[in-house]
This record gives sequence, structure tokens and C-alpha cells, in this order.
Amino acid sequence: MALLRVENVTKRFGGLEALKDVSFSLHEGQVKALIGPNGAGKTTLFNLVSGIDRPTSGHVFFRDEDLGRLTPHAASRLGVGRTFQHSKVFDDMSVLDNVKVGRYGRSHAGVFSAFLTLPRHRREEKAISEASLRALRRVGLGDRAHESAGNLPVGDRHLLEIARSLASEPTVLLLDEPAAGLNNEETAQLAEIVRRVRDDGVTILLVEHDMGFVMDISDEVVVLDYGKKIAEGPPLMIRNDEEVIKAYLGEDI
Amino acid sequence: MAAPAFLRRHLAFLAFSIFILSAPLFTGNIYYLSILAFMATRLMITLGLNLLMGQAGQISLGHAAFAGIGAYGSAIMTTRWNMDPWLAMLLSAAFAAAIAGLIGVPTLKLKGHYLAMATLGFGEIVHILLVQLKWLTNGTDGIGGIPSLAIGSIDFGEPQMFHWLVWGVVLIMLRISLNLVDSRVGRSLRALHRAEVAAMSLGVNTSFRKVQVLMVSAVFASIAGSFYVHYVHYVSPVSYTLTFSVILVTTVVIGGLGNVWGAVWGSVLMMLLPEYLKRYNQDYTLLVFGVMLILIMIFLPGGLVSFKTLVAKMRERLGGARTASATGPGPTGGS
Repeated sequence: MALLRVENVTKRFGGLEALKDVSFSLHEGQVKALIGPNGAGKTTLFNLVSGIDRPTSGHVFFRDEDLGRLTPHAASRLGVGRTFQHSKVFDDMSVLDNVKVGRYGRSHAGVFSAFLTLPRHRREEKAISEASLRALRRVGLGDRAHESAGNLPVGDRHLLEIARSLASEPTVLLLDEPAAGLNNEETAQLAEIVRRVRDDGVTILLVEHDMGFVMDISDEVVVLDYGKKIAEGPPLMIRNDEEVIKAYLGEDI
Repeated sequence: MAAPAFLRRHLAFLAFSIFILSAPLFTGNIYYLSILAFMATRLMITLGLNLLMGQAGQISLGHAAFAGIGAYGSAIMTTRWNMDPWLAMLLSAAFAAAIAGLIGVPTLKLKGHYLAMATLGFGEIVHILLVQLKWLTNGTDGIGGIPSLAIGSIDFGEPQMFHWLVWGVVLIMLRISLNLVDSRVGRSLRALHRAEVAAMSLGVNTSFRKVQVLMVSAVFASIAGSFYVHYVHYVSPVSYTLTFSVILVTTVVIGGLGNVWGAVWGSVLMMLLPEYLKRYNQDYTLLVFGVMLILIMIFLPGGLVSFKTLVAKMRERLGGARTASATGPGPTGGS
């Protein structure tokens, strides 16, 4: 059975139909890309899948759970992690502390045990630090743990968001334009990291404009145009799909 | 090996504890001790408000009212109902927490500064009730004859004993605040302050945490109010106004947000400065006070706690200038 099912999802903002009857599914272990021109509804869809927004009609199922009825933090605890198109790094915290926030849903200390720094709390803090460092090493930021996150260059900020989300041990990881602003070398490095994360058993859904990157790492591609799904299939098929070419106005994809 | 590391980590806290707890050994002066006692109760409120504002990024304009709940709760329960002062303090704090929860649940779900508006209204309502509910609060006459605190035969009506009691409580609040900041909960508060959606997507139940920290800060304020009335033995509504709430917010900002010690330095300055200025022409007091606050905000936008970074920056600049003049003008001069 599919891990994530988007079923006949429509999303209206006032008079604007951002998504029209979109359906697709994501299978365990897949890397699936969501592409389409600006305003096609990609980020809207991400917001529905991560519980930030609710569909006007239709459903998004994660296993048997209806994500349309969950809050973002509940979706996260269920195993849906995400990064953001416009970096949402906690700038004035250290790189490591950013990732530690990602361990929130996997730890338990409440306000009283924090007040008193009970031994149980100290043990948990140690475990949080270790898991966070591991997550940072997975994206190659291990040696920048103690820097201020605000000082990281754009590419590393994407990686930090990935590490932060990985720390929450997601089953599905949503990456919103992870290659934006990266040079070729950095993009290749990112592709390597995404593959490694997938090999570790994390299913990935990503939105991306860098077609080289998309075709390189995706098992399947879904194409949205004006909120409608116009194509779905393996990269090779998408590359030659007439409607897709038309939507991109002949851009080379 | 473990001891020096422990010392280094807690040096500031230990030094401050020893300094403040030894103060009565050097002065028996009632005037100084009373300023320190008022400073302690002020600090209890600003510590909580510092957590709310500095960590969670939420502003309360009603913290005078939470202190008022503690003050009047203790006053009414001990003088009218002959209740044990400690129990009265506890019940008042629980009541303040409940009210904070009632205000927080609907307003903190929303983004933006709804809490500031709601607490502003709440503060006014409490003030009006304190004045108008004469059968309970004795109106503007206030309530007198509030007993001193005591444990068995230890009488905290004695100024030095009260000093140790009230500063002991402050130190506990300071310690647990420092602990909170350096924990899973503290990190989640800072995270939701910077980017709430990101914090949510990482599993943080942001509205729950915001309400919780509001309740904690209300409890701190209420306890402060209780200690205050057991010290001065009298309470009246004039202390619990919007003006006081604004002074509290100012204290926290002047001291510095995002660092628990900001509450300490802010409270010290805001208590000592007016006290010092009082010796001179009363007319200029407010003026000097205002100018000082403006200067602090211009030159220390991070508050008094950012003094160290300012000094470091100045030194760097001066050091840079010196190297530049030594090596002469050139592209490498400033480095």
C-alpha cells in the first residue's frame, strides 16, 4: 500500500483554485518530485501534506491517518518532516540547537523536569545532543555544529533544515526547493545526500525547479500546472510528454 | 575534573548568590535592606516576564495584574479568612495561573500580538475590580494589617530574615529559569519565536508551550505580589496599574531579552536609578530617567546584558584602528 495518498484534493483560496482535484501516491522508499511552473500549487500541496493547511475537499492520507485533520506538530510526530522554500532556520540559535529542536517530538522533558534538571532530563539532553550531531554529520555539517546558524551560507542553510528534519526521524521527508541558490557542485553534493537519506529508508517528496537535479534523483515525477496534475511518471517519460513541454513553453527539461 | 567545569558553568550564578545573600552581613540599614527587598519582588516578576518575552516573544501588558492577584489574594485570605499565609500564597498563584490559562488559550492560538491586547484589557479590568469591589478589597483604602511570614518560630518580619527568604526564592526562580532556557522546552520557545511554522513542523505544540510559559510567568508575578504584601503589611490598588505593567516590560527590555540575566540587571537599574535620582531635584528625575533609557536603547539595543559584546566590539574597532595607523593606510590595514 502507498505510504502517502493524495486523493482528489482541491484547495481554494477565495476565488482562486490553487489545486484542482489532484491525486497521486507516494510509495515507501521512493523519491518523487513535484514540478511545475511558478504558481502551479506545489507549495500549497506541501502545506496540506504537512498539516499547515487543510484541503477544501479531498483527502491526504498518511498510512491510515487523514493529515487534513491533524495539526503540523501532530503530522510531524506521525513521521512527516519538511523543509521550507524560504529558509526558516532559527538564525540566532547555534547550528546544533537548531537540530536539537528537531528532536523535540522524540523527547519528553516537560517544564518541571527542565526546571529541576532531573537526572532523567540530563540523560535525555545528552541523547538529544548525540542524535542531533549524528543528523548534522549525515548532511556534512558536523564540524559547524557550534557556529551561529545565521552565519551559514545559503546552501548550508538548506542542509541544516534537512538535518533538523532528519533529527525528527521522519518516514516521509518533504523538501521544498532544496537546490535553490546552489551551484553545480553543491547541487551534486545535495543529490548525494538525498540518495543516502533515501537509502536509509526515508521516503522523499520534493519540489524543485532544477530539472537536472530532479531528473537525476527522482524515481517518479508529478507535474502540476495551474493547480492541475497534467502528468505523472518516470523522469524519461515526463521529459518527452507533450503537455509538459507545452506547460514549460518549450523550456528544455 | 568535574568540579572546575561545574564552577565555570555556574560561576555567575554562584557569585551572584554569595554576593546577594551576604549583603545583610555588611549592612543592617533598614533603608538599604528594604530597597533590596523591593528589588527582589520586582525581580521575581521580571524573571517570568523575561521568559515570556525573551524566549517565547510574547508581550504581556497585564503583569501588574498578576502581581495584584497574588498581593490581594494573600491580603484577603490572611486578614479576612485567617488563612495560613503560605497556603494563601499557593492558592493565589494557582488562581493567577488559571487566569493566565484562560487568557492564553484563545489569544495564543493566533499569530501576532493578541496577547498584548488581551492582557492590556485584563490589567484594566483587574484594577477596576480592585477599586470597585469594596466589600472584598476595601476599595481605594486598601487592606492593612497583613501578617508577616513565619515558619514555626522563624519570624520573617525581621528585615534580615526577610532578605534571606525573599532572595532565596529569587535565586530559586533564577536557577530554574536558567535551567529552562537550556532545555528542550527553552529551545522550543526560542524556535517558535523565530519561525513558528518551522517549529510546528518539527513537532512543537507551539500554542501549548506559549500558554504554559505565560502561566509560569503569572505564577512568578503572583508570588512576588504575595511576598510584597507580607513585607509592607498593606495593599492598595494604586500599585497595580497599567503604568506598573509598562515599567515591568521596560525593565525586561532594558535588561535585555533572550538572556535571563537581563531581568536581573534591568531590575537592579530600574530600582536603583530612581532611588538615586530622588536625592536631586524631583522635577528632573523623570527627565534624566527617560534620557538614560533612550541612551541605553540606542547604544545597547540588546539591553544591559549585551554590554560585554559592546565592549568587545569597541575593543575590536579600537584595536583595528591602532593596527591601521601602525601599518599605515592600506588594504590590509584594518584586518
